[in-house]
Amino acid sequence: MGEPGTKDRLSLEELEASRGIYTGRKHVLSILVENKPGVLTRVSGLFARRGFNIDTLAVGPTDDPTLSRITMTLDGAQHPIDQVTKQLHKLVNVIKIRDLEPSEMVARELAMFKIHADGVNRAEVMQIVEIFRAKVVDVTKRSVIAEVTGGRDKIEAFERMVRPFGMVEMARTGEIAIARGRAET
Amino acid sequence: MRAVDAVMECLKAEGVDVVFGYPGGANLPTYDAFVDAGIQHILVRHEAGGGHAAEGYAKASGRVGVVFATSGPGATNIITPLADAMMDSTPMVAITGQVRTELIGTDGFQEADIFGMTMPVVKHSMVIRDPADIPRTIHEAFHIARTGRPGPVLVDMPVDLTRADIDYQPVADVHLPGYQPTTRGNRKQVRLAAKALANARRPVLYVGGGAVLADAGAEVTELATSDNLPVTCTLMGLGAFPAPHPQWLGMLGMHGTRTANYAIDEADLIVAIGARFDDRVTAKLSEFAPHAKFVHIDIDPAEISKNVPAHIPIVGDCKTIVPALAAEYRSLSPDSSRLNAWWERIRGWQEQYPLRYQDTEDTEIKPQRAIEALYEATGGNAIISSDVGQHQMWAAQFYHYPAPRRWINSGGLGTMGFGLPAAIGAQMANPGVLTCVVSGDGSIQMNAQEFATCAQYEIPIKVFILNNGYLGMVRQWQELFWDRRYSHVDMGQFPDFVKLAEAYGCTGMRFTDKTSLVDDIKRAIDTPGPVVVDVRVTREENTYPMIGPGAAARDMVG
Repeated sequence: MGEPGTKDRLSLEELEASRGIYTGRKHVLSILVENKPGVLTRVSGLFARRGFNIDTLAVGPTDDPTLSRITMTLDGAQHPIDQVTKQLHKLVNVIKIRDLEPSEMVARELAMFKIHADGVNRAEVMQIVEIFRAKVVDVTKRSVIAEVTGGRDKIEAFERMVRPFGMVEMARTGEIAIARGRAET
Repeated sequence: MRAVDAVMECLKAEGVDVVFGYPGGANLPTYDAFVDAGIQHILVRHEAGGGHAAEGYAKASGRVGVVFATSGPGATNIITPLADAMMDSTPMVAITGQVRTELIGTDGFQEADIFGMTMPVVKHSMVIRDPADIPRTIHEAFHIARTGRPGPVLVDMPVDLTRADIDYQPVADVHLPGYQPTTRGNRKQVRLAAKALANARRPVLYVGGGAVLADAGAEVTELATSDNLPVTCTLMGLGAFPAPHPQWLGMLGMHGTRTANYAIDEADLIVAIGARFDDRVTAKLSEFAPHAKFVHIDIDPAEISKNVPAHIPIVGDCKTIVPALAAEYRSLSPDSSRLNAWWERIRGWQEQYPLRYQDTEDTEIKPQRAIEALYEATGGNAIISSDVGQHQMWAAQFYHYPAPRRWINSGGLGTMGFGLPAAIGAQMANPGVLTCVVSGDGSIQMNAQEFATCAQYEIPIKVFILNNGYLGMVRQWQELFWDRRYSHVDMGQFPDFVKLAEAYGCTGMRFTDKTSLVDDIKRAIDTPGPVVVDVRVTREENTYPMIGPGAAARDMVG
């Protein structure tokens, strides 16, 4: 059945049942915008003004130089996703919004972890890196930097595994996503 | 052609006949172009006045209002009008000067990031980066301002770029891939709504400012009178249904009639037409219209189910949807008599709770009486531009608006100082139509400098200041909800408005006697040129009825 923010129409019963629609799950919005000054401010400003909270945000170019893609993850338990997407649609520079279904997309995130790793536990850290198919991109006497790519779950699992060794710092890009199959996102 | 001359050509192509504005360093080239452009420019005395005048022009005419301001403080002075226009969906284009390109970001003299500052309060905004883009940008601004749900659009022009020469070609149409407002309602939904209406036993049409913006007054009336459907309007919707009328329940909301609020409270079907279930309308949201199903017609999909879930949403232009709904409704030949019991209930409220006030025994003027007298003296045929406060509510309650675009006020933002400049715009859009301002002694002082504009251009508006020496609405709230601990609401009797009017080159008058009030008002109206009247009214008078803060509609007081 239709879920707010998706292309399906909402049924009358569903609308009747709710006041502000909270789906309770994570949403990945893929927003195609014109590559013009101020667009990101406009999008993020809209969220601030309407009291919506962005979990992650990633922006980058697309195959068309006049367009950029913003990939954003939001918590549907905290925000009425239909309101978010409808408000976004009102922005003149926003061309298209897709609320990607978890089963219909591939989502990836890149993260870098600077982990405390001196003689004693270096081997163990390296083993975890191996298991997660992560990559060591920098080594010093007391630390390593590991680069991990994957879905949010994998990155969070990696974080849980290496944290006990002592995490110096961590940086994540936020998820980007694209629709599965031939259809355009 | 000089880029600024191209700006003028674009304005003319958009049908602009008058603009409001204020020159400065960063828009000198533009002002040079005004000299030969053949477009009337009204020099206001403060950019805020210019912005509100553009709004008043737009509200009274349905055309796009235009305001010009320079960079920095000139631009920041129009932020309030932009926010006001955003809240009331007023079509407006603001063209600001900006410091020259190389100075941007260096804290140059009179530099302000107006593009960034106004982002939350505009429908759209654009910065010129290449002078060749100026014509297309101006046309895009007008297109966005007037179509879909109207709103303000800002165009920021760095001064060096406006000095450039460009190869000007008239722009035939605009191409905005991300902007395609839905205007045609879904037929299936319209049929569903007609069926719901035909089955309703206690329906109410709840008409908002969207019906005025769509110029759908006649269509709303056609729907209402295609059967015996009761109608209420929001503050912004007044005039969309002709008042007085046997099917008219009065305004709803915080200071609406008991009849309208009780009808909403007991309704089984509410048809919202261009209305957005504002908190001043719904009062306590969880207890709003507890028995009703909602048909919601709005051009902005984001308004559907924002505050109140719509059972039958119809996204589109009410100008076309409402007559389609009326036709579908008639084709179902609903039995009018099903509404008899509902009307009996409504008539009961109307009899028991008419709008009323306690008149004085002596000659003192009650503010409500002043509005009634204005209605009598003008035969209900004036454009009334109101400021914000108690007088605004009385002007909404006691003046009856027979047509749309006669009632001009700042509804969403509630901007004091709006009324006088807005009346200037309304009068410029409607030369020869009697245009009056209803204001208070607080509000009028927020843009009183525009009296000079009225005098200079001989704009013959008639300003009625309901003067109680208080910030009346705040005083009322302090009286009712803060134990009568009056905090900074007493304004004394300053200034002397008669002398102030005369100093500005207007005619000043003072009315203090209710017995001659109608004749006095007629005398003010018959006086040529701008007239400012100090109407001394009862000092502590409250606006009733009222839904208190946090209360439900059925618990109105007063």
